[in-house]
Amino acid sequence: MVDEPPAIELRGLARYFGERAALRGVSVRVPAGATLAVLGRNGAGKSTLLRILATLLRPHDGEALVFGEALPRRGFAVRGRLGLLAHEPLLYRELTGRENLEYHARLHRVGPARVQQVLEAVEMERRAEEPIRLLSRGMVQRLAVCRAVLHDPQLLLLDEPRANLDPAASGLVEPLIGRQSGCTRVLTSHDPRAALAEADLVLALRDGRAAFVGPPAEIDQAKLDALYA
Amino acid sequence: MRTALILLRKDLRLELRTLETVPAMILFALVTFVIFHFGLNRSTIDGQLAAGVLTATLLFAAMLGINRLFVAEREQGGFDAFLLAPVDRSSMLVAKAAALFVFLAALEVIAVPAFGLLLLGPSLGPALPGLILVLALADLGLAVIGTLVSGIAVQTRARDLIGPVIGLPLLIPALIATARAAGPLLRSVHAPAAPPGKWLAILALYDLVFALLAYAVFDFLLEE
Repeated sequence: MVDEPPAIELRGLARYFGERAALRGVSVRVPAGATLAVLGRNGAGKSTLLRILATLLRPHDGEALVFGEALPRRGFAVRGRLGLLAHEPLLYRELTGRENLEYHARLHRVGPARVQQVLEAVEMERRAEEPIRLLSRGMVQRLAVCRAVLHDPQLLLLDEPRANLDPAASGLVEPLIGRQSGCTRVLTSHDPRAALAEADLVLALRDGRAAFVGPPAEIDQAKLDALYA
Repeated sequence: MRTALILLRKDLRLELRTLETVPAMILFALVTFVIFHFGLNRSTIDGQLAAGVLTATLLFAAMLGINRLFVAEREQGGFDAFLLAPVDRSSMLVAKAAALFVFLAALEVIAVPAFGLLLLGPSLGPALPGLILVLALADLGLAVIGTLVSGIAVQTRARDLIGPVIGLPLLIPALIATARAAGPLLRSVHAPAAPPGKWLAILALYDLVFALLAYAVFDFLLEE
């Protein structure tokens, strides 16, 4: 019997910004369909890790494999299979929500019907003709979710995915970016309890190093307190 | 090419929506003509002086567009969104250069007739076909080099300074060739119908060399 390759495999991953190490010796293996919660204080390296997985940053040491493809060399092979929901919505402020999504749909060779489908899923179809700059942060975040899932990615990289969302909006995006999506997910959150509730696996980062890797059941309050101390 | 057209369409739509770049370039050019008018203390100019004034004004107006070319990508996450798509990265070079070429053409549609009215002694009409050819080649060079320089500058904190500091020296040969090619066309007497072939060839060669150079290095500029 052949083991199914993991969706993500990191071996001794390191990334530096000048002299400062944002990530050092990070290793983790995420099976396909699983959710990895990345925890840590501000500046621990969570967003850097997500940007490396999104092929937006080069690792300086170690190996990063996504769907068995080595990054960054084989980045082109995975780009269309991942969706990134970052701190910034990656939407043009002067374009409407629909124009933004249609632009991304064309880049990903997705038909216009999918744009309408995701807009309806987050109940933004009635505000889709307004420029992004006129929308509230929560609405922009809903459109950012649409952008991230427009091309039906298999891997979702979610940096604070529910930021600015009220409970109702959070419920709306759940089928798209939650466990129900069926995607492999890597998510960061400043709310460790919420992240642990969604996770199959936890990577806790402290100063760029992996302080804990394991199932959420094994991370107790003392470990969490130490992580955020 | 398909991706480049998608990006170009988006850039033109953004410019039409905001009107941030082209109107500023036009206004700059018109004000500069007025300054030259009074600064030279001459009601009309012709020949090589006219070509120099026109070329230098268009070049400096172009710097405004070059400086703003990637601002939306940097400030609104356009780079990341583009890099996440499974597309050829060089298409951004083609799209941005094409957008800048369109901006320059729009600038010249207003600025060249205004130059004819405000400063130029001889009638613009006979020189226009040759001038369009010269300016098209100059715009191509400006668009390619401007995109390359803007791509470098936008990655730095001092992008407003880096653009002119790197861009203007690189554009000096294009400025010389454009002015020399346009000069004879703007003479009051014995103006030829066509610009000198030597300077057109230099401009074309310059465009080609920088287009190849930009194509070779542009992918690396997009990496963080």
